[in-house]
Amino acid sequence: MLNRQGRPTTPGDATHNDHPTFTGNKALSQIEPLIFETGRLETTGVDYEAPQSFKSRLAELERKSEIGLPGVSEPEAMRHYVRLSQKNYGIDTGLFPLGSCTMKHNPRLNEKIARMPGFSDVHPLQPVSTVQGALEVMHTLSHWLMELTGMDAVALSPKAGAHGELCGMMAIKAAIAAKGESATRNVVLVPDSAHGTNPATAALIHFIVKPVPVREDGTVDPAVVASLAGPDTAAIMLTNPNTCGLFEKDVVAIADAIHAAGGYFYADGANFNAIVGKARPGDLGVDAMHINLHKTFSTPHGGGGPGAGPVVLSELLAPFAPVPFVRHTDEGFELVESEEEASNHGAHAFGRMTAFHGQMGMYVRALSYMLSHGSDGLRQASEDAVLNANYVRACLADLMSLPFGNRPCMHEVLFDDTWLKDTGVTTLDFAKAMIDEGYHPMTVYFPLVVHGAMLIEPTESESRASLDLFIATLRDLAMSVKRGETERFTGAPYHAPVRRMDETRAARSPILKYTPPQAALEAAE
Amino acid sequence: MGETKYTKDHEYIRVDGDVAIVGISDYAQSQLGDVVFVELPKLGKALSKGDEAAVVESVKAASEVYAPVSGEVTEINAALEGQPGAINEDPEGSGWFMKVKLSDPSELSGLMSEADYKAYLASIH
Repeated sequence: MLNRQGRPTTPGDATHNDHPTFTGNKALSQIEPLIFETGRLETTGVDYEAPQSFKSRLAELERKSEIGLPGVSEPEAMRHYVRLSQKNYGIDTGLFPLGSCTMKHNPRLNEKIARMPGFSDVHPLQPVSTVQGALEVMHTLSHWLMELTGMDAVALSPKAGAHGELCGMMAIKAAIAAKGESATRNVVLVPDSAHGTNPATAALIHFIVKPVPVREDGTVDPAVVASLAGPDTAAIMLTNPNTCGLFEKDVVAIADAIHAAGGYFYADGANFNAIVGKARPGDLGVDAMHINLHKTFSTPHGGGGPGAGPVVLSELLAPFAPVPFVRHTDEGFELVESEEEASNHGAHAFGRMTAFHGQMGMYVRALSYMLSHGSDGLRQASEDAVLNANYVRACLADLMSLPFGNRPCMHEVLFDDTWLKDTGVTTLDFAKAMIDEGYHPMTVYFPLVVHGAMLIEPTESESRASLDLFIATLRDLAMSVKRGETERFTGAPYHAPVRRMDETRAARSPILKYTPPQAALEAAE
Repeated sequence: MGETKYTKDHEYIRVDGDVAIVGISDYAQSQLGDVVFVELPKLGKALSKGDEAAVVESVKAASEVYAPVSGEVTEINAALEGQPGAINEDPEGSGWFMKVKLSDPSELSGLMSEADYKAYLASIH
C-alpha cells in the first residue's frame, strides 16, 4: 500500500544558490565572524572578583586602557570554535590526497597512549629518575628508526622535516670540519626535482647550491652526478622516491659517485612511506636522512599537532650527532645533555637543535604506531600506499596525462596538464572544482619540473570503496572538462564557505596586521 | 636600437651600442603568471654570463633570471618593486629588469633571434 501521507522525498528543482537566507548561513554552514568582532567587553565567561589586596608593581608600565579582549559567554566561545572547526578539512573529514605530505589516518590508539599521565604530564626538567618510562620510549623509538633505516645513530630532537634537514646537514658540516676541509668542500648538489627546503637548508648554512638536471624519465643520472662531483663537493641532497613519485633506481651508483668524490649523501626522508620495510636507506649508501614522524609514522599533521623530524646518521656521521640523546646503562636510562658529557662517550656532538629533547608526545604516538603495526604491518602499510597510488594511476591514465609515461609509480602519482591544453581549464581550476566535490585538492604546480603538476598521494589509509569514489569523481570532472563545461571549473569553488581568493592581490598588497572594527576600538578606550 | 635576442631560459636582451636592456620574454611572463615580487641586482654588480641576475616571484613559484651576457649593471628598473605587474603587462617595454654594459659583445652571437626563439618555443610544446 502506497503511503500517501509521507513527506515528499524528491529534492525538487531547488538549488541552494537560488535561495539566499536571511542570516546568510547555509544550514549547517554558518557564517562566523572573528571572535574580536562578536565579543562585548561587558560580558565574560568567567566570574572572578577583583583581588582586594592587589598592588601593581608595574609603575608607569601599567596599561591605562582596556586590553580589548573579546568578552563572550562559555556557550558563545564553544560555538565560535566548533563552527570554525566545521569549516576545516582534515584527514578525519575525508580523503586528503596532498602529494608529498602523506596525510594518513592518525590512529586513535596513538592518541589514547599519548594522553597517559606518565607521558602527557611530565616536565623536561624533572629528575631523570622520575621519567625512566619516557626515556625508554625515546630509546625504543630510536632503536626502531635505526633498524628500519639501517643506520647507526639518531638525533630525535628536530621539530620538523626542514629542521631535520638542517640537523643532518650540520652533522655533515661538522664531519667536513673535523677533516679540516671546511674551506674547500662547500658545494651541495641538489636535483631539479628536489623539495624546495633542500636548497634552502644548504644555503642557510652557507653551502653553495649546484642544481643537478633530471633525466627525461624524471630521475637523476649517476653519470651527471659523477661529472658534477669533485673535491669541492660536500654532499648531495636527494629524495627517494623522488618528488615525481618515481624510485631513483640508480641511487646506489649516485651514492658511490658522491662517496668517491669524498662527499656525503643526504636523503630527504619525506617519501619514506613508500619504502618502509622494503629498502633500508643505510643499504643504499645514505649518510643522513630525516624522518617525518608526522608523515610516515602517523602522528598528527598540520593543525592537528606539531611535526617531528628525527634524523638518522650513518657510521661516519654518528659521532657528530647533536645532544641530547638517550643512553641505556646498568642503572637505567640517562639523557646525555652537554657536548662535554657526549665527548666522554667518544662523541663530537656539533651542539643542540632544541632547548629540550623534542616532541615527546609525537615520540609516544610514533612508537604506538610502530608497536601496534609490527614490522610486518609497517611493510604492508608501505605496500598498500604504493598499491593505492598505482590504482589511482591506472584508473585515470586514459583521461589525464602522465609526464613520464604510464609506468608504475611509488606512493604518489604525478599527472601534468598536457591533457588540459586548449580546454580553457587550468590545473588550478581543476583543483578548485575538487573542493566543490568535497575533496581537498591534490598538490598542484609541484614538482616544478613538470608543467601544471598534479601530485596525488592517497596513502594506505583509503579503502577500495573510498578510492573508487575518489576516482569516479575525478573521472566525472575530467569528462566534464572534455565536454567543454569550463564554467564548472573557472568559477569554482561555488559551494565552499568562501569563493576563490585573489591570490595575486593577496601577494601584492598583503594586509599583515589585523585592524579591529571602529566600534571595538571605541569600546576599548 | 638593435635587434632583440633571446636565451633558452626565456630572457631577452636588446642591445643599443655597448649597453643592453635585459628582461624576461612574453612567454616567460605568461608561464609564471601574475608576478608579485622582483629582486633586482645592485647597481654596479659585475655579472658573468649565466649568473643569477634577478629573482622573479609569481603566485605559482619563484624563478631566477640569468644574465644572458657578461657585463656590469648600469641601471635597474626600480619601478618594478612597486609595480611588478608591469612584467605581465609589458614585459619587453616597461617591464624591463636592468641595463647591462657589455664586457664581451661576442657573447651575443650565441643567442637566438626572434624567429629562432619562436621556433624554439614551438619545439618545446
